[in-house]
Amino acid sequence: MRSSFLILLTAVTLTLTACNRGNTLPEDTGAGSSSDAGLSTDGAGGGGGVSVSPLDAERERQRAALMQQLVVYFDYDQAEILPEFNALLQAHGQYLAQNPSTQIRLEGHTDERGSREYNIGLGERRAQAVRRVLMLQGAAGTQLTTVSYGEERPAQTGSDEESWRLNRRVELVYR
Amino acid sequence: MVRVVGTNARTGWLAFAATLFAFATAVAEAQFNVVIRQGSEAAVPIAVVPFGWQGGGAPALDFAGVIGADLGSSGRFAPIASRDMVSRPTQASQINYQDWRLLDASYLVLGTLAPDSAPDTFTATFELFNVARGERMTGFRLQAGRADLRKAAHRISDMIFEELTGIPGVFSTQIAYISKERRTDGTTQYRLIVSDADGENAQRVAESTQPLVSPSWSPDARRLAYVSFEGGVSGVYIQTLRTGTRERVSQRAGVNSSPSFSPDGRSLALVLSRDTGNLDIHTLDLSTQVLRQLTTDAAIDTEPTWAADGRSIYFTSDRGGGPQIFRVGTEAGQRATRITFDGVYNARPRMSPDGKYLALVNGENNRYRIAVWNVDAQRLELLTPEGRLDESPSFAPNGAQIIYATRENGRGILASVSTDGRFKTQIASVAGDVQEPVWGPFPRP
Repeated sequence: MRSSFLILLTAVTLTLTACNRGNTLPEDTGAGSSSDAGLSTDGAGGGGGVSVSPLDAERERQRAALMQQLVVYFDYDQAEILPEFNALLQAHGQYLAQNPSTQIRLEGHTDERGSREYNIGLGERRAQAVRRVLMLQGAAGTQLTTVSYGEERPAQTGSDEESWRLNRRVELVYR
Repeated sequence: MVRVVGTNARTGWLAFAATLFAFATAVAEAQFNVVIRQGSEAAVPIAVVPFGWQGGGAPALDFAGVIGADLGSSGRFAPIASRDMVSRPTQASQINYQDWRLLDASYLVLGTLAPDSAPDTFTATFELFNVARGERMTGFRLQAGRADLRKAAHRISDMIFEELTGIPGVFSTQIAYISKERRTDGTTQYRLIVSDADGENAQRVAESTQPLVSPSWSPDARRLAYVSFEGGVSGVYIQTLRTGTRERVSQRAGVNSSPSFSPDGRSLALVLSRDTGNLDIHTLDLSTQVLRQLTTDAAIDTEPTWAADGRSIYFTSDRGGGPQIFRVGTEAGQRATRITFDGVYNARPRMSPDGKYLALVNGENNRYRIAVWNVDAQRLELLTPEGRLDESPSFAPNGAQIIYATRENGRGILASVSTDGRFKTQIASVAGDVQEPVWGPFPRP
């Protein structure tokens, strides 16, 4: 049992470290999780003396991949979390729950349409929606800060549907 | 200082003086130029003849050029190009009215500029004539130092505008706006700029690599409130323009947004989310620092603008679904009432100086346009039906013109429209994006 934990732990660490290259997660995320028993326990759940099944390893790979996704997108003038982002937020929420010293900043953004200050409100509402989901997954409020930039810091500068879609977002920024 | 002396025989001699506004730390900035690209058919042709220069060398200032540009920027007048003028009189006795009738000029302005005996001071005179009637309408003499010659020219524009329209001119006022420049290293430089109403004399008030938003004038034109995201958090600041002294009035948890000075200048309306994450309208007494929460709804309540009497505040709320305009009294415990019902998106209200209109952004079918809400008639009138991404309307202090931001060819530019929707101008900037124009109050003597 103990050894299987360690094998899995190494695998997870390697995955995280590999993915970290060219990504925005802090470089120490992988090292942080390897020193934290919480992450490995979760991954090896239901082992019962048997070595880790490929299914669990696959699940871990998916989870590690989700951890690399740091942007949640929204519909126009909406702050509702779309179903396709549930898994992403679950992964981050559980990670935060297992790493209580980790702090994350939720930056809310909107597309350029409409008035600027209303958009600051909308960006904050989106950041708060993400915050609530993360807390439902066990993250503590003290780990999460929000800021809304409204339409002031677009990811794309165009005035077209695709730019607007990519600008309606909350960015998860690990610190 | 500019000294204005009337030479109108009917009104007799009238003299007044005004202290003019100056920055302690003047930094020249990229300017915008007023360019009339949509000539209004209703614009009245006016000929401003190059002023007679009675000194040596080149004239100290092209007065006629400044005055013509001012009058044109209102959209109400179409200045006649000097190259089209067949004669260039500088005094009444030299006018051949037939020259100007052939050019279809309705009005004619002539003047002179001469150095005074005192060094670096000048005297300008101007006279305004009705071409059809062949009559002199008014005339004044002004004295100004070299540094204030543009201000003297703007003062002349104000007097001509008021004589011809009955509405005080706004050419001696200032405009604050945000300029945004993307740099090659990927960062964006945000600047809060104050310039003369014609875009000249632009001065940098604040600069940051983080967003600067929501500039708001104090009623005495001496201070600007604005939001800065420096340090990655939003904060509301008040800066005194003359000295550059800056005070942070709110950097509470969550959103700090949308500052707006009360008409008496003593309070600031602002929008805070505090710990709840829910945006509500608050007022802050600037001397006692007492904070009062005016709305508690779970909706986004933002973009406050004071009623002219200071006793209520109009704001945007999406409590009914989409954003609409509401009003709430500034005394504690008052209930907000909904004002606009037309359309699905009405936001960012700004009160006219006389309290009769709200300028706002009306959204429909993916288009955002400037509209005015007539408070008494309870009627919404679209001012920029051709607009697509119009935003941030702001009334000129005479209430007759609204400046706003829009986009053209991917750039943020400024434009203006008269409150009745008849006269429109577009304003070109030299570089980068310009947004959130806020028209300053009349300068106080």
